[in-house]
Amino acid sequence: MSRLTLLFWQLMVAVVALSLWQFLATVPVFGRILLPPFFFSNPVDVASQIVKWFSSGVIWKHLMITLWESVLAFVIGSVGGVLVGFWFARQPRVAAVFDPYVKMVNALPRVVLAPIFTLWLGLGIWSKVALGVTLVFFIVFFNVYQGVKEVSQTVLDNGRMLGMSERQLTRHVYWPSALSWMFSSLHTAVGFAVVGAVVGEYLGSAAGLGYLIQQAEGVFDVAAVFAGMFVLSAFVILIDMVVTLVERRLLVWRPVAAESRG
Amino acid sequence: MADTAEPVAVALDDATVAFRVAGDRVYTAVERASLSVAHGEFVAIVGPTGCGKSTLLNVAAGLLKPAAGSVKIFGQPLTGLNREAGYLFQADALFPWKTAIDNVAIGLDIKGAPREQALQRAQGWLTSVGLGAFANRYPHMLSGGQRKRVGLAQVLIRDPKILLMDEPFGPLDAQTRQIMGNLLLELWNADRKAVLFVTHDLEEAIALADRVVIMSAGPSARIIGDWRVPLPRPRDISEVRMEKQFHELHREIWSVLKDEVMKGYVQSTLSAEVG
Repeated sequence: MSRLTLLFWQLMVAVVALSLWQFLATVPVFGRILLPPFFFSNPVDVASQIVKWFSSGVIWKHLMITLWESVLAFVIGSVGGVLVGFWFARQPRVAAVFDPYVKMVNALPRVVLAPIFTLWLGLGIWSKVALGVTLVFFIVFFNVYQGVKEVSQTVLDNGRMLGMSERQLTRHVYWPSALSWMFSSLHTAVGFAVVGAVVGEYLGSAAGLGYLIQQAEGVFDVAAVFAGMFVLSAFVILIDMVVTLVERRLLVWRPVAAESRG
Repeated sequence: MADTAEPVAVALDDATVAFRVAGDRVYTAVERASLSVAHGEFVAIVGPTGCGKSTLLNVAAGLLKPAAGSVKIFGQPLTGLNREAGYLFQADALFPWKTAIDNVAIGLDIKGAPREQALQRAQGWLTSVGLGAFANRYPHMLSGGQRKRVGLAQVLIRDPKILLMDEPFGPLDAQTRQIMGNLLLELWNADRKAVLFVTHDLEEAIALADRVVIMSAGPSARIIGDWRVPLPRPRDISEVRMEKQFHELHREIWSVLKDEVMKGYVQSTLSAEVG
């Protein structure tokens, strides 16, 4: 399939789905409306809600808040994950001691932490950042830990035979390897940063996309709930595109086939 | 260190290498191997699969410690890694996150050489191995043969006195192997380092080396033969194979090697530990 036909069919899916939605929500079939507007709204209302948000500009504030929370969660979680993952991988004894606790914390569904973070850090952005960090940290941590532990023995031996000291091995072999594993988990980590931010907002906040959706739900404004979901999807897709660009620059040395999504 | 005072570059004396496997069982890979490589001599080790050829090389490199026996490098007992040796591995050993030129320059970088100078010499070495135009490629953008060339440059830029090579051309196709063999001989001819070259390919061994050493099938592999190759140098890998002397020597060595290859084959089908 050429790019153009592919794009055509992809658009057709959206067109058909949206038309069907609009049709079933507004035109009675056998005397009944199959998608009652109260529960399902309709595409036109949803679209006009999105347009209203953007034309009045209220959405930008919420988008910026969510973006900012995601970025902070991503940066803090990644830095923490890389450092701790690297440390554990290089110090097997430390890793062995902490192993059960790491597993325990990771096994915990992070959503239950949200109320505690709200209690500790308030309704502002930091409770959402904290939630995102707990998600991002473990993704990056496990990737880096595994990556550093599985550095090819041949490459290590080669480094040693070329005369590298342990410190130079760290700098020229372990460290690039750790970073490359962090980058290969980039998509997942960024995705989780957004999840943390939005879920946190949803559970208690004063601004952000999650807050917007939660508020609309509270007043049974289904059009606004769907509108919020569409804006959120578009937001995540945009971020993902940026990540792809960054990744392409940072992982030039990697064969395409080996790119993992983490 | 004086080059001429001690002519023996690598001397293994009754070296035995054993690994602990599964609890307290011990697997003896190589038993009482004695081998010496003179300064400037090209020695090839040939043996069946899993006979411990690579093990012997790792001992010479200092990556493995023999359980018994001694290793001397230019007369000095080897402790730790062999600092006089460059090692060309069988598997891909380049740093995948470095470009070809950075991979070659790294040996100088870590010695603290000025960056400018390291890059300049690395470019020189890349040119000598025929990859002058590929300096900025990453390893995955190079073919298997090109990666071996970079590996060769990476090792040679440090100017080691001893070159250890573990089936370096094993993964390459037949034509590329011949080309690489000729390149190796050409580079070696320039300053005649001591070379210990491990291969399972007897023809390659005879074509390249001054001496061919045969190992028995493992476990407890031993050195069972040592032949001098009387072919004149400089040689061309593909032409030298046509010569009568080559065939006679090949037949002679093969008569010994054949039984070991069969034993090695049986061993490797019986036991999973041999490898």
